[in-house]
Amino acid sequence: MKTSLVDILAQHSVWRGGVLARPAAPAVPTGFAALDRELPGGGWPGGTLTEILGLREGVGELQLVLPALAALSTAGRRIVWLAPPHLPYAPALAAEGIDLGQLSVVRAPGRRDALWAAEQVLRAGSCDALLAWFRDLRYAELRRLAVAAEASRAFCALFRSPQAAHEPSPACLRIALESLDGRLAAHILKRRGALAAAPVLIPIKRPVHAVGGPAFPAVRTRNPVARPCPA
Amino acid sequence: MALHFPLFALETPSRGRVPRESVGVPWAIADGREVLACDAHAHALGVRPGIGLTAAWALAPRLDVRQRDEAAERAALEGVAAWACRFTPYVSLEPPQGVLMEIEGSLRLYHGLGALTGLIRGGLEEMGYSATLAVAPTARGAWWLALAGCEQSINDPAMLEATLAALPVSAVCLDQDARGFLRSVGVATVGELLALPREGVGRRLGRALLESLERASGKMPDPRAMFVPPTRFSAKLELHGEVEHAEGVLFAARRLLVQLEGVLAARQAGVRRFRLILLHRAAPAHVVEVGLASPGRAIDRFMQLLREKLSTVALSGPVEAIRIEAAAFEPLHGRTAGLFRDVHGEGEDWVRLIERLQARLGSEAVHGLGVLAEHRPERAWRALDAGERPPRGEVRAGARPLWLIEPPRRLKEADGVPHDDGRLELLAGPERIESGWWDCGEVARDYFIARAPSNALLWIFRERGGGWYLHGLFA
Repeated sequence: MKTSLVDILAQHSVWRGGVLARPAAPAVPTGFAALDRELPGGGWPGGTLTEILGLREGVGELQLVLPALAALSTAGRRIVWLAPPHLPYAPALAAEGIDLGQLSVVRAPGRRDALWAAEQVLRAGSCDALLAWFRDLRYAELRRLAVAAEASRAFCALFRSPQAAHEPSPACLRIALESLDGRLAAHILKRRGALAAAPVLIPIKRPVHAVGGPAFPAVRTRNPVARPCPA
Repeated sequence: MALHFPLFALETPSRGRVPRESVGVPWAIADGREVLACDAHAHALGVRPGIGLTAAWALAPRLDVRQRDEAAERAALEGVAAWACRFTPYVSLEPPQGVLMEIEGSLRLYHGLGALTGLIRGGLEEMGYSATLAVAPTARGAWWLALAGCEQSINDPAMLEATLAALPVSAVCLDQDARGFLRSVGVATVGELLALPREGVGRRLGRALLESLERASGKMPDPRAMFVPPTRFSAKLELHGEVEHAEGVLFAARRLLVQLEGVLAARQAGVRRFRLILLHRAAPAHVVEVGLASPGRAIDRFMQLLREKLSTVALSGPVEAIRIEAAAFEPLHGRTAGLFRDVHGEGEDWVRLIERLQARLGSEAVHGLGVLAEHRPERAWRALDAGERPPRGEVRAGARPLWLIEPPRRLKEADGVPHDDGRLELLAGPERIESGWWDCGEVARDYFIARAPSNALLWIFRERGGGWYLHGLFA
């Protein structure tokens, strides 16, 4: 059997070093053109793990995935939030254009339960995006999740701490986030393709743009007016 | 079609056990002082049905003997009949060890006799019974064939007559005296019995035998009472305290769940919940409730949920018996298969996934999110049950954070300025929220958006009267 180099390159698992790979599963556009250009397939990859390493909570790490989630949910795709560290706030999500009917929150108190649930969600194949928060993961556990992700076509984002950047990972895409005066800088640590040189600056939505807000109001010492409670 | 269970007395009490476990001790079922049936191990030691108990103990000193429980056998037979109702509405009992089914009308649905027989045999095996299956144009004819151990399917009356003629008389008349008489006059087969003068046979052996011979060959109608499947399910399986781990319980539960699936199929129904009750000898019974997200009757679904449920249960000791109960059958009709991509299938997959997650993590652990028209942030949302559509809440409010910290976390203060890993800088606000005096959940707060030194944006509020709290993160 003769196989030409072109045939080999046509396979999804092989790509040239200088160009981005073409993923097997269709990618979900991130909603940020600058980021899409840097990602293989032009968006969040399906059927593999994506790691998002946030420097700190509250710098806009969720904003990074929200446009994709909004697009998926309005297209009738199901989204699972697994073991979120805080309560995903429904009014804010609805304001971002997410169809709440497509969104499910799964609480898993223990790490083992969370891993089990992630695997179940991925293997079931009926969910199109899984966002999962894990405190610490061993390589073997990540590997197991990666295998489960390969069985699905879902976009699977793992939110991890920045320390994880120094650990090996089977994830195909790893992005570390940093806040740069109101904007979000995404360092692509790993992708299927050439190394990304510069961080991608992502213009995320922030509730305020003005720097330097109102001064602190004087603390009034007066007690609140006591009202009789009808109940 | 006739199903005959030659080992019914033996299998009824033992089918809950994993086969390899029962190899250890030979055992037998006794009816009074006589061995009624014994397992293969006892058989190898020389124990045979019909011998006295004393003789059996002489042959096998370790023989474990249990007295026959006719009530349990009857209940088990009804369980089999109820399961059999999934294949045909015409099922009748042939106590103590048989079930008769009219299958002519079901052949087309199940793609022929071979496929149907395979299904029935497979189902019986899963329930833990071994049976002789015989098919004939008449109920009694089929029953006699099954009783004689002839696994045949005959659909021609002439052929049936010829086959019946070859059967030994012992398969046909169970009366000891009649058998002795026939042996003494040299009649060994049914054919020879039929060749005798009718009048004489009627006079000597009773009209009942003649009538049953005519019913078997179809010359006389054979009306039967039809079995009606029950509208609730309750079945018990003895484990004799031998099962101490969840796997064993699952094995036994599968036997009963196959039965439940059959009853539900016969009733064209599904259940939303069923309960498994583990009975212990010393400890109180343990009830495991299994809930389904939508009515269902598939055995695989039941088993998967039960496995997840049992993995969280610690058995408090050897299990003496299990019982599975299900009531409140809900109508569940078959679905017409789709021509194109199965849209139903995807929804079903999703429901199964939610069920599995809930079975292990608890039903509260999986929920949706809904928006409520309410000013107080902590009440402007609601956790929805899985599958519940979100309410249409109108939201017109200022900026809201994606993460809500519940309950709000008190922030440290220095010089009246809130700190969280450093001095916070207020960027926007205040947004005053003052509401809820009517339901004891009164709040009077001024909300601000603040920036922490790490560039994180926080949603903080100051209560009237002082006190800064962190209530959300703009993630």
